[in-house]
Amino acid sequence: MTRTTSDTTAPGLFVPPTRFAVPGRIAVSNREAALWQTATLTEVRRETPHASTFRFAVPGWAGHLPGQHLMLRLRAEDGYTAQRHYSIASAPDDAGHIELTLDHVEGGEVSGWFHTLAEPGDEVEVRGPLSGFFAWPGDRPALLIGAGSGVVPLMSMIRHHRARGLTVPLRLLVSARGPEELIYAREYGAETTPVFTRRAPEGMPVGRLTASQVAPLLADERPPGGWEAYVCGSNAFAEHASRLLVSAGQPVDRIRIERFG
Amino acid sequence: MNVTRGFTGRPRVLPHSPEGVGGAPIAGLPPGQYDAGDDWPVLSAEVTPDLTPADWSFRIDGLVAEPHTWDWAGAHALPASAYEGDIHCVTSWSKFGVRFGGVSLDAFLDVVRPDESATHAVAYSHTGYTTNLPLADLTGGRAWIAWEYEGRPLAAEHGGPARLLVPHLYFWKSAKWIAGLRLLDHDEPGFWEQNGYHARGNPWEEQRYSGD
Ligand SMILES: Cc1cc2nc3c(=O)[nH]c(=O)nc-3n(C[C@H](O)[C@H](O)[C@H](O)COP(=O)(O)OP(=O)(O)OC[C@H]3O[C@@H](n4cnc5c(N)ncnc54)[C@H](O)[C@@H]3O)c2cc1C
Repeated sequence: MTRTTSDTTAPGLFVPPTRFAVPGRIAVSNREAALWQTATLTEVRRETPHASTFRFAVPGWAGHLPGQHLMLRLRAEDGYTAQRHYSIASAPDDAGHIELTLDHVEGGEVSGWFHTLAEPGDEVEVRGPLSGFFAWPGDRPALLIGAGSGVVPLMSMIRHHRARGLTVPLRLLVSARGPEELIYAREYGAETTPVFTRRAPEGMPVGRLTASQVAPLLADERPPGGWEAYVCGSNAFAEHASRLLVSAGQPVDRIRIERFG
Repeated sequence: MNVTRGFTGRPRVLPHSPEGVGGAPIAGLPPGQYDAGDDWPVLSAEVTPDLTPADWSFRIDGLVAEPHTWDWAGAHALPASAYEGDIHCVTSWSKFGVRFGGVSLDAFLDVVRPDESATHAVAYSHTGYTTNLPLADLTGGRAWIAWEYEGRPLAAEHGGPARLLVPHLYFWKSAKWIAGLRLLDHDEPGFWEQNGYHARGNPWEEQRYSGD
């Protein structure tokens, strides 16, 4: 990396490099973020053998922007609590309701409860929305790259784009092991290119996301002013995808990454 | 809050603290945290930089008598100091008994001599990430510049070649790819703090978000 640490500016003051000067997209309401609210489960929809969408009524929900997440808390009889972050899957216009899509993690404490015990009428607690960093208000061209349940916050963006009839360019590259594990498969349109890493339908390649899928989006399909890139998934995927973006010429300060851990 | 129907939580291994039985907290685990075991999740919003020890430098300036910049060799010439203990991430995982090697921040601060007016610091990384800390959280043997993890060079995705380590606060304060500290006479929110996170981030007080 090219960078100088000598004092070229005012004596005694070093100006930090600002390559990652990606500002928060929106101000987060600290009041909303601090408040725990009751969310009542109203519906469970199966998406894939390992993922389901959980719809909640949260009457006091202040609204969110696509890409934001929340903190969810479960409490046991003995007072023990478990809390985890979940991206919000639904579009902001779904007033008083939010949807989460959870992968069933093997041995998972919170996702395990959701996938084996939760049913409509159950109450959990949520606080949020949190983080303005990964949020996309629908203003700039957005190039979305997700894998597995990493597609959840990106789907909120696509739903928002559709619900509002936005015309700003939006593209999604979504990676899944096979067609049956592709979350929201029925909902994708022309904006989406699925990538299958283990099993693919006839005529489609099998293998992980490659430069040949990313490069054209940054060359031929690049909108005026370029893309805001949003990458979401496991750490291994986020590393891989963000490196492909950088190699294809996407500036690092226009790549937002959400890693699920 | 109401009990979540049917939720018992994962069987807890060390449940018997003096306060009681059953649901008593695991000693060393702050409220709302779980033990990540061998996992060390990576949570950064940035592209991992290709930063080699030769590229790395660390600077302290602002309200100090003598601003100073250390390169890799210069920093390693300071007396070595290790941290052995626990770390806690705001996303709810904690990690017990980890070992980092590096140099205590006190050794760096001794060189630059902070002004009496300095009360806070902004830590910034080679990528432009920032986070703010009260100066008192960086002194007294409670903060390090760390470049080793479990006896090996710190991996790039965990902030290698060197990161700030402030283990008694949530880990977003321990800036990866640390480039410098600017000492100030006031508090100045950093990257996540501008995004709604708490100014201090004490895991024992559950200072996750602004307003906690
Ligand atoms: C910003 C953000 C957004 C996220 N959004 C989503 C989302 O939209 N959808 C989604 O599905 N996930 C999302 N996640 C991940 C989510 O927060 C949880 O990590 C995930 O649901 C797993 O939680 P869990 O309680 O089910 O599993 P955990 O209990 O945390 O377990 C995780 C893994 O560790 C193992 N493990 C840990 N401790 C033990 C132990 N003591 N004994 C045995 N095994 C153990 C488990 O077997 C499992 O493999 C997000 C994470 C972040 C940070």
